[in-house]
Amino acid sequence: MSVAVVASGLDKVFGRGTDAEVAALSGIDLMVQDGEFVSLIGPSGCGKSTLLRLVADLIEPTGGTVTVFDKSAHQARLDQDYGMVFQHAGLFDWRRVAANIELPLELKGWSKADRSRRSREMLDLVKLPDFSRHYPRQLSGGMQQRVSIARALSFEPRLLLMDEPFGALDEMTREHMQGELLRIWRETGTTVMFVTHSIPEAAFLSNRVVVLSPRPGRIHTIVDVDLGERTEETREDPEFFAAATRIREALRAVEDGS
Amino acid sequence: MKFRPGALAPPLVAGVLFLGAWELTVRGFGIREFLLPKPSSIWEQLVDQWPTLRHAGWETGRIAVSGLVVGILAGVLLAVGATRFRTLQEGLTPLAVAVNATPIIALAPIFNAWFGITGSLSNQAVVVAVVFFPVFINTAKGLTEVHPDEIELMRSYAAGEWTILREVRIPNALPFFANALRLVAPLSVIAAIVAEYFGGPQDRIGNVITSNAGFARYDAAWAAIAVASAVGLALFATALLVERLSMPWRLTEGYGETEN
Repeated sequence: MSVAVVASGLDKVFGRGTDAEVAALSGIDLMVQDGEFVSLIGPSGCGKSTLLRLVADLIEPTGGTVTVFDKSAHQARLDQDYGMVFQHAGLFDWRRVAANIELPLELKGWSKADRSRRSREMLDLVKLPDFSRHYPRQLSGGMQQRVSIARALSFEPRLLLMDEPFGALDEMTREHMQGELLRIWRETGTTVMFVTHSIPEAAFLSNRVVVLSPRPGRIHTIVDVDLGERTEETREDPEFFAAATRIREALRAVEDGS
Repeated sequence: MKFRPGALAPPLVAGVLFLGAWELTVRGFGIREFLLPKPSSIWEQLVDQWPTLRHAGWETGRIAVSGLVVGILAGVLLAVGATRFRTLQEGLTPLAVAVNATPIIALAPIFNAWFGITGSLSNQAVVVAVVFFPVFINTAKGLTEVHPDEIELMRSYAAGEWTILREVRIPNALPFFANALRLVAPLSVIAAIVAEYFGGPQDRIGNVITSNAGFARYDAAWAAIAVASAVGLALFATALLVERLSMPWRLTEGYGETEN
């Protein structure tokens, strides 16, 4: 199995040398295997979103290195090796659903025919085949987030970076979207790094859960989760509860400062 | 938000009732015509003086529209420049806000000295100055007030600043620009007429109003005012039309909980 992401000795300090200096991350060593689903969880201020942005090369580390598919994070961004999904779906109001999905392809210079073929495939993948001509504001929050996922996957990146993508959804929609995401993950074989606040979400989705402690953000524990093929029944499986408990205990330990 | 002909009925009825009440009040209380002429007298003047009024309305409308076009172009281009180049923004924005707070129309007599009192140029300059600042400030706001995630998303596609400007900032600024347009379209007519009070050719709405009022022909002055408001309304309607045509996504029904 090849390696998707390697972070070694990663530090991030915001506002260095000012009164507002914050050590967001310190000494992060993490390796994500190709095809893995890894969640980042921890109390607010633990730097989980910062870590994701460092991998995405949206911010630069103060120390240490990140490589994505054996390239620098910067090169990986230029090569569009990853797709990104935010909590805020971030669809453009002025583009119809299909045109939103096609935006990254447009920027890459794909032909119109190739673009519309791909956006149709993507809408099938996220199960919104009849919505290509809609505007984003005509969709519900869950549907918008599916479009956002379709857009992130449209150029077939090998890595998907997700920053609390289901954070703003209600509980039922959220569980449904989790199931959909796992199906898409299996169908596409994409590596996923997933930031979340939710213990059951992390347990249900991930192969490994990285528990971070705050100020400065460090990796406290990595919890392995082995639930095999997830189905809706998994949510009532004792193994699932056991995994959630292990994550919860790690988070408690973080909050107790041990 | 589809147009329904039935939607026109309430304002039409209200307008007719308003004019009827005006006519009856002036007649009933015997209000003298130099204080408030009857709508019927104003209408008579409108018909009598139509060739003069039509010409004056057309000329003033031309001043307003030409000033509007130049002011909008200047406002938009400088807003784009200010967004793209930080130094330009830091220098220009506080200045623009300060100048916007001063009553630009007071500059009309000065502009006469600069651009000449006999031609249209000084009147056009007043309109340009009045139109420029709201357009500049609103458009610049729309270009910069973009959700940070949307910028990060574009950067994740390795998009450069110009691409972000084209794909995100400009469409994001359209509603802000449309608001400015609604504001400045009627404002341009006001600016043109006030500027005409201070000088310029004598066949314009502003002069028709002042000269008629000077000879106590108030019904004719009111007729000219009616023409001026028709020009203002036409420009406002055009602004609304531009707004609708440029943002088709705003015409669709929302899902309801779009923020979710």
